[in-house]
Amino acid sequence: MPDRASFPPPSIDATQTLLTGAGYVPDRALATVLHLALRMGRPLLLEGEAGVGKTEVARTLARALGRRLIRLQCYEGLDLAGAAYEWNYPAQMIAIRLAEAAGESDKAEIASGVFSERYLQRRPLLEALMPDPAGPPVLLIDELDRTDEAFEAFLLEVLSDFQISIPELGTVKAEHPPIIILTSNRTREIHDALKRRCLYHWVDYPSAERELEILRARLPQVPQALSRQVVAFVQALRREDLFKVPGVAETLDWAAALVELDAVAVDPALAQDTLGVLLKYQDDIARTDAAAISRLLDEARHAAGRIA
Amino acid sequence: MPPAASPEPLRPAHEGRLAANILYFGRLLRAAGLTVGPGVMLDAVTAVEVAGVGTRQDLYWTLHAVFVKRHEDHDLFDAVFARFWRRRAPAEKLMELLSPVAVPRAPEPPKPGQRRVEEAFWGISRPPEVEEQQVSLDARLTASDQDVLRTRDFAQMSAEELREARRRIAALRLPQDTIRTRRLIADPRGARPDFRASLRASLATGGALLPLKRRGPRERPTPVVALLDISGSMADYARPVLHFLHALATRRRVDTFLFGTRLTNVTRALRHRDADAALTEVSRLVPDWSGGTRIATSLRAFNKDWSRRVLAQTPIVLLVTDGLERDADETLAQEMGRLQRSCLRLVWLNPLLRYSGFEPRARGIRAMLPYVDDFRPVHDLASLEALVAALAAPPVPFAGRKLLVAGEE
Repeated sequence: MPDRASFPPPSIDATQTLLTGAGYVPDRALATVLHLALRMGRPLLLEGEAGVGKTEVARTLARALGRRLIRLQCYEGLDLAGAAYEWNYPAQMIAIRLAEAAGESDKAEIASGVFSERYLQRRPLLEALMPDPAGPPVLLIDELDRTDEAFEAFLLEVLSDFQISIPELGTVKAEHPPIIILTSNRTREIHDALKRRCLYHWVDYPSAERELEILRARLPQVPQALSRQVVAFVQALRREDLFKVPGVAETLDWAAALVELDAVAVDPALAQDTLGVLLKYQDDIARTDAAAISRLLDEARHAAGRIA
Repeated sequence: MPPAASPEPLRPAHEGRLAANILYFGRLLRAAGLTVGPGVMLDAVTAVEVAGVGTRQDLYWTLHAVFVKRHEDHDLFDAVFARFWRRRAPAEKLMELLSPVAVPRAPEPPKPGQRRVEEAFWGISRPPEVEEQQVSLDARLTASDQDVLRTRDFAQMSAEELREARRRIAALRLPQDTIRTRRLIADPRGARPDFRASLRASLATGGALLPLKRRGPRERPTPVVALLDISGSMADYARPVLHFLHALATRRRVDTFLFGTRLTNVTRALRHRDADAALTEVSRLVPDWSGGTRIATSLRAFNKDWSRRVLAQTPIVLLVTDGLERDADETLAQEMGRLQRSCLRLVWLNPLLRYSGFEPRARGIRAMLPYVDDFRPVHDLASLEALVAALAAPPVPFAGRKLLVAGEE
């Protein structure tokens, strides 16, 4: 486990250093909003296109602070039982039968015995409220837009009061609130009520300089010249009129793919063959034909020299 | 909140002018159209206290973090920030500038969205000499005066007509179609056992009985996405259809987009409970009312920017247009195809169908027809009623859709 960094970081610069040290290169805007979220103890909602590194923020933060990362992957139909807690029914039923066999007949007593912590199965949200010797965990609520409005409404209590009400047991409240990061790909608008409880940040595609830094930090084995070309090409590709432009994740994949293929430079044939790593829609691939690729490579060649 | 241990020691923000300035800034943002409640104002002061006022950039992102809750608001924030924090006017002077906003019951003139920033600064009843300066200031942001006239035209539609249309549209029996969601609710005839409810019920008898409770999928009204053409040739039909959508939106999720030369999302505006207020708000948002039409471009914009966001819940798409597109090329067919593939059912409502001898001769119409599941008229209340009946019919499975299209060709 890495050394525990001072928490919360004393300044925006410190936050930036903290993340950079753990392999995530944030821009000033992201560092600022993250610093605020940590200092103010507020959840942070990150929105942005797929593959710009929203989830990675939470992962890096947990690693950098030496905290546990608890991840709740959202999906349609996610309910309390999946997100917060569930009772261990078989064990409860056995307990009831045993109580009967022992001749207990007080209903209230049986109920309180059966609905106790012993039979409670914690799911990510409840788990994140539990005390942890390493400090409150980082709770990642990933792809919130995949759930429905009903689930969002339930989250409101967790996000503002850091507590969950369990009807049979009472309210569980976190002694020290967890660090909460929510992400959304905007397949649906998140409700205003939820947004109001969070700090908000739109994670954009990185600038060429920052993308090159990310590439260096994550894939140091890629040769310098190749990294430059890769970044310049992807940046040029993002200016094209595509249905889905490649994210940082795709850039990293592509660089890794090129290294696998023992490439030292990007040439048109190679780019054509590996286009599927960058573009995930058939229309986009069809649009990016040989002529487009050589034009993009030309642009990239000119731009590559300018990237610091 | 303990005082921030920031490296640059600063006066706490709640002392002195900074807090006041933040509050004025927040009010300006609110006047410009952002949702800024008192809680957010407090957050802003706290945030600046916590972050410390370092560079202008840090202040920018600190306030941005608190005030901006939607990506779309970024540009407004940016504009207001640039003007406010450059100005460095004393708070009192700004207050003066702001005060006309607070004049009670000032008649609100129709204003296009791009003007909101300027208006937030200058107030609504600005003095005439400022007006001239104003023109030079916001030339780059303002929609043409012609657009304003067009907008006014719509807002002044005859009250008689509105009342009648609204009365009859409100009287429509709305469709009862539903789709299954993946969320489970208590349902006595449901397929899945509900252990939790069973156990709770069992405890009522002290565990002597174990009544089996069940759960089943929740059903909800099928969401609707409407793409409504508001070009000149469609002007007479757009209004009643908007009323219809407004009525529909009271019972289910309806996302509404208007397009002429460009696409505008008016969902939020249409959510206003009062139909008149909703339609006024809609006309305010749309700069190109009764202008030309670019269907392919608008569909492309929808597919690119919105389809992933509003089509995720498999809605029925209502495309309301006469399809009279001059520059129809293969992109129109391509975008129509993409639209159809990503929704439950694509219904094309075309007022031209009111002519009994209608034949799809226009190139645009011919390009679009192969991709629709349902092609129906929308020119009177009777056709709206028929639409309601059609919406209530069970959805056509995807494989069936292909066959239907083949039959048409």
